[in-house]
Amino acid sequence: MTATIARPRLAGVSWRPLLGAVVVLAVAYLVILAGILYNADPSQHLTLGGALPQAQAQFINAITIGAIYALIALGYTMVYGIIELINFAHGEIFMCGSFVSWWLLTTLGFSGAINDPLLLLGVLILAFAVSMLVMGIVGVVIERLAYRRLRNAPRLAPLITAIGVSFILQNIVFVVVSNSIVTTPQIIPNTVLTFGPLSISLINLFVILLALGLMVALQLFVGRTRLGRAMRSTAIDRDAAQLMGVDINTTIALTFFIGSALAGAAGVVQGLYFGITVFNIGFQAGLKAFTAAVLGGIGNTTGAALGGFAIGFLEVISVVWGQGRWAEAVVFGTLVLVLVFRPTGILGQQLADRA
Amino acid sequence: MSDVSGGQKPAAGAGSSRSARSAASPVRVALGLIGRYLGKHQSLAIVLGLAITAAILPLIVLLPPLNGFGTQKDFVAGFADAGVFVLLAIGLNVVVGFAGLLDLGYAAFFAIGAYTYAYGASPFTGLDIPFWPMLLVGAIVAAMFGVLLGAPTLRLRGDYLAIVTLGFGEIVPVVFLNADTYTRGTNGIGGLSQPSAYGLLGLQGFGFTNPWPYFVTVVLIIAVAFIFLYRLQDSRIGRAWVAIREDELAAASMGINTITTKLLAFSIGASTSGLAGVFFAAKLSIVSPDQFGFTVSFTALAMVVLGGMGNIWGVAVGAFVIYEIQSQGLKQLGAFVQSLHVPAFALGPLNVDLGSVNFINYQYLLYGLALVLMMLLRPEGLFPSRRRRSELHETPEEAAESNEELVQA
Repeated sequence: MTATIARPRLAGVSWRPLLGAVVVLAVAYLVILAGILYNADPSQHLTLGGALPQAQAQFINAITIGAIYALIALGYTMVYGIIELINFAHGEIFMCGSFVSWWLLTTLGFSGAINDPLLLLGVLILAFAVSMLVMGIVGVVIERLAYRRLRNAPRLAPLITAIGVSFILQNIVFVVVSNSIVTTPQIIPNTVLTFGPLSISLINLFVILLALGLMVALQLFVGRTRLGRAMRSTAIDRDAAQLMGVDINTTIALTFFIGSALAGAAGVVQGLYFGITVFNIGFQAGLKAFTAAVLGGIGNTTGAALGGFAIGFLEVISVVWGQGRWAEAVVFGTLVLVLVFRPTGILGQQLADRA
Repeated sequence: MSDVSGGQKPAAGAGSSRSARSAASPVRVALGLIGRYLGKHQSLAIVLGLAITAAILPLIVLLPPLNGFGTQKDFVAGFADAGVFVLLAIGLNVVVGFAGLLDLGYAAFFAIGAYTYAYGASPFTGLDIPFWPMLLVGAIVAAMFGVLLGAPTLRLRGDYLAIVTLGFGEIVPVVFLNADTYTRGTNGIGGLSQPSAYGLLGLQGFGFTNPWPYFVTVVLIIAVAFIFLYRLQDSRIGRAWVAIREDELAAASMGINTITTKLLAFSIGASTSGLAGVFFAAKLSIVSPDQFGFTVSFTALAMVVLGGMGNIWGVAVGAFVIYEIQSQGLKQLGAFVQSLHVPAFALGPLNVDLGSVNFINYQYLLYGLALVLMMLLRPEGLFPSRRRRSELHETPEEAAESNEELVQA
């Protein structure tokens, strides 16, 4: 390779950003509350006490949406960290994942909530396992067929290929499966759990815990295992890693597998939480998740997770302030502002190549 | 630049070879002379080439089997629309092909050009500025937006530009859709003024039914853009673009201001797109946000990649061919397959009925496949520019070879 300036790398857990996140969450809650009060219908005489449960629900909604973006963003940031490619097809992997779980659940004959806890747990594990496995394999196949040969090609070539792959995936679903919105079975019952003054829907709790669990597992994998160390070393210096005996091709394939599997999990969540999916959700979700990855500092897995939650909050804040239709513009404006003023992202550990 | 040395040295050799081929027919000599003359006068070659193409195309469609697919009028109207995409492709070629920057939001500038015309000449604003000056205005407005978007992002590496332009291309239609007080939202702005020929050839307003004036106009616009871009490619700026594309660090250390040079490529690309937008709006006489989605940017990119990044003629031919395939070819293919009457069959949970397949639905799948296959197998495109081919196929040995060639030349 030519002389490279400090490559972005996959970073380990650090507690400092978490402290900052708590402050940001408090501010976000207040902004949501203010938005609800500001946007309330005057005839309903909404009091502060009446607004609090709404704000709480929107706050949890933001975290849930953010968890979906965070799961997608992790794949972007891992792939970028290791081969410096914006994998435009990643959003479509998420979309395909939602269709895999839709196909599985409808084939198994489910259409609504499952009330038997054991059966529910089994079906959930099955849905996530199948979708993550299938999408992980799809990711590896895409890397093998479309990206590997272009690893040392001029930068433009893999980017154009990635755009091509994204269109292939999207249009395969479009022409083969469905060209309109499909309803997916929402198998998690609509139960509200109450903990003292706090109440949370089962689905929200499930999504948040699942996302956090996957993120912690990823951090442990990247930070503590031999394969994770191979991934980190490949991200830092591919040639040196190879000299040290790391199998580069396997490591990159593994990165694609994990990233795509996480997007597949996000796809299942999309179906469970929103109850719908459509062939073109991947494009926008991908754009937002990429913004999340940049926001957190691309190549940094903790940053991608935080960025995902940040995007979730931005979107919900746009909605509660009555500007829902501008949500995309807000997210995109954020992307440009971050790139202009802090191209290294919130955590700012990595140096973006300014060449 | 090579004309000066290339024109004098072979002169001695040319003299001897001419005497050796004294038996050659005067026609061949004349053709050779014309070829050499046009080689030196690119602009004339462009004008002649486009004039001949524009004259032949409407005649070809009168021949079978093409005449079975539609009237000459329909075809000419289609050619005028294809011209819009030729403009888009040669403009995007400046950004992607010359400067090596990936612009995925190219349709945004197309939209901006179109809405500029809508604001300049429609009952919505009450203005009625003539079409011809609006071409220039649309190009300038689009270029300004190009600078606005490029200035903050072009100092970052190319990947960020790709994603920012992708976002921009996504947001611009959303803005036109949501800012309905100023854009009439999803209805779009209609009743745009027709271009006028001011009595030239007895023609005033272009009207809606006659495609010929639009066809001639778009060929004229393409010719101007062609000449402009060809001259740019051979200029100091054009060489700076190539230098940046090949090695940005080296280019910067040779004293090229990489940011302004990239910004120039980006804004010139944007202005060409704006030009196409003005013409598109004037021809259709209505603009609405749904005409400028990501698929337009993607189609233009596919045209550039298939035609051959960096080669203006290749890209133009690629754009024309792809447009005709998508507007005519797939439709005819659908009709052809339908005439075969393949019975429907079940494939797992899916019911496959070839007769009901709408092949137009497959166009973006085909573009995606084409992009991937081209990048893997023939990244220089179908009609490559010589420099681009050597770049994209470069291994260390080949690089050494091409350097030797350069030394020998």
